[in-house]
Amino acid sequence: MTALFDYLLGLGDDALVAAQRTAEWCARAPQLEEEVALANVALDQLGQARAFLTYAGDLEGAGRDEDALAFLRDEHEFRNVQLVELPNGDFATTVAKTLLLATYQNLLYTRLSRAAEPRLAGIAAKAAKESAFHVSYASVWTVRLGDGTPLSHRRMRDAVEEVWPYTHELFEPWAAPEAGLDPAALRGPWLEVVDRVLGEATLARPRDGWAATGGREGRHTEWFGPLLAEMQYVHRAHVGARW
Amino acid sequence: MSISAFDALIAGDQKIEYKDWMPDGYRESLIRQIAQHAHSEIMGMQPEAAWISRAPSLARKAVLIAKVQDEAGHGLYLYAVAETLGARREELLDALHEGRQKYLSFINYPTLTWADVGALAWLTDGAAVVNQVSLCRTSYGPYARALVRICREESFHHRQGFDLLYTLSRGTPAQRRSLQEAVERWWQPSLAMFGPPDSLSTHSASSMTWRIKRASNDELRQRFVDLCVPQAEALGVRLPDPALRWNPERGHHDFTPPDYDELMRVVAGHGPRNKQRLAHRRRAHEEGAWVREAAAAHAAKEAAKQAAAREIDAQEAIAQEVDAVEEEWPLWEVFVRPRRGFGHTHAGSLRAPDAALALHSARDLYTRREEGVSLWVVPSRSMTSSDPEHKDAYFAPAADKQYRHASSFPPPEGVEGL
Repeated sequence: MTALFDYLLGLGDDALVAAQRTAEWCARAPQLEEEVALANVALDQLGQARAFLTYAGDLEGAGRDEDALAFLRDEHEFRNVQLVELPNGDFATTVAKTLLLATYQNLLYTRLSRAAEPRLAGIAAKAAKESAFHVSYASVWTVRLGDGTPLSHRRMRDAVEEVWPYTHELFEPWAAPEAGLDPAALRGPWLEVVDRVLGEATLARPRDGWAATGGREGRHTEWFGPLLAEMQYVHRAHVGARW
Repeated sequence: MSISAFDALIAGDQKIEYKDWMPDGYRESLIRQIAQHAHSEIMGMQPEAAWISRAPSLARKAVLIAKVQDEAGHGLYLYAVAETLGARREELLDALHEGRQKYLSFINYPTLTWADVGALAWLTDGAAVVNQVSLCRTSYGPYARALVRICREESFHHRQGFDLLYTLSRGTPAQRRSLQEAVERWWQPSLAMFGPPDSLSTHSASSMTWRIKRASNDELRQRFVDLCVPQAEALGVRLPDPALRWNPERGHHDFTPPDYDELMRVVAGHGPRNKQRLAHRRRAHEEGAWVREAAAAHAAKEAAKQAAAREIDAQEAIAQEVDAVEEEWPLWEVFVRPRRGFGHTHAGSLRAPDAALALHSARDLYTRREEGVSLWVVPSRSMTSSDPEHKDAYFAPAADKQYRHASSFPPPEGVEGL
């Protein structure tokens, strides 16, 4: 299959798994206003996933639609980074994951919106606006938790520490020739945004150490199998059914 | 305003508005009804949210997230209405968590299969639409306006539920079987949503006199059954009531009323999921406390910094900080510009620790269906309004000054350009 197909799966799977995790907050958010906000983030992510996966299926030309790609692939066929698989943890962990992912996505989508491939550019342009809001939302909360009470400061600090090793994978070499983009080039601008937010939140940037890797090749965390099992089982239990 | 002026407004089908004088009983009935409505919205998220992770297609997953999100939104609109009557959200949530206030009983039943997600929406949201369309004419203005918005959104909930079931009805034998079973599970709970029969309803009479409620429980239940029968035929499902048949003399369907003993039992806390639903809600609230406190603490620090910059007396700044930390998130009023060229219009209110989060929440809550292109948020405590008691002194004198209007000076025939 083409490199672009693989690339679209990566973009789509990042968004899909992130949506699945974000939506786990429904009916358990810390405040009613946050119920509405987190559901909005999940819906944006899910919308991006559907656009990328549908595009991938069309490109493949084997009759696989968004649902075939989401529900009928096994763990090792998913191309998402491990960052999005991590359990939600407390609200601080979710805020940290969202900040670090959305900042990357926003930079990536903004560049992809200028890609030569018009369909890719179109999806990316829409997604860039959505992720800009996610960055804003997650930044506001990182600052409030980091600077809030001693308890929230500790939780926000621990959350960033915990998630940090999973961010390196975002910048590993991985790109379709059509996309014309080296992920490593995004880390500089990504750190600029993240450093500014962490600084305002009175938090230090964690030191780089062990780095998770393998998601783009289909190697995932122990948390990923159960996530897929739950997401896929109804669809798989009724072979060929329409929903 | 006096009781007779209040009665005259009600009799004339006029709206009672924020800060108008009202009898204590009217205020209490409204708060009780609005709180129960708001609690039902947020408790009702649970049986559906449980299926988001397992939705069998991505399109249905998106619809379900949007629906559950709307329910949080409806809860917020309604708690905001209760605030205009002096009932703070925090107090109402405490009453819910401690079991002092109720929510609709259907929420205490389990959603066992994907078909239950559709049946719950088709039947209970269908019942809610029947109920709320009638309530849109309620006499309390802020409640009526919130209901207009809610009804618009509920009809999406109702239709997507039917659409989900319709797809199952054209599906595999296993899908059709799950459809039939789910409808059998949800028929009785949805009939019970209209409450006890008129002869037994404790609050109905006064609510009808004050035009808080506009139709009786039994009238609405009948309307609902009449609507459901042809829809069930389209789905090819049997409604589980052997007595259900068209009565040409009444021009309505006869049906078996729901089991009120069961309704009362479930309302009293003894349904299949009461304990778990309430425990889940309480846990989410308790586990979120540190987040709410953190945001309030940050807002207090920022306020203190600003105060210091303005060189406010240090003592006062400390007092403000203490205020801000101990207070729950303050209330904000939201104004939306629907399109360029229009002014900002009041949309409702919300709670937020500071302006940045107020703007974020306002965007998610009041513009998620393309309702706006610009937002204002203003702390409610910074708003100054004219006093309803001075309505006449303020606004009546304008009535006898017709000479201000051009129409008082008809030009002579043949003279143009005036």
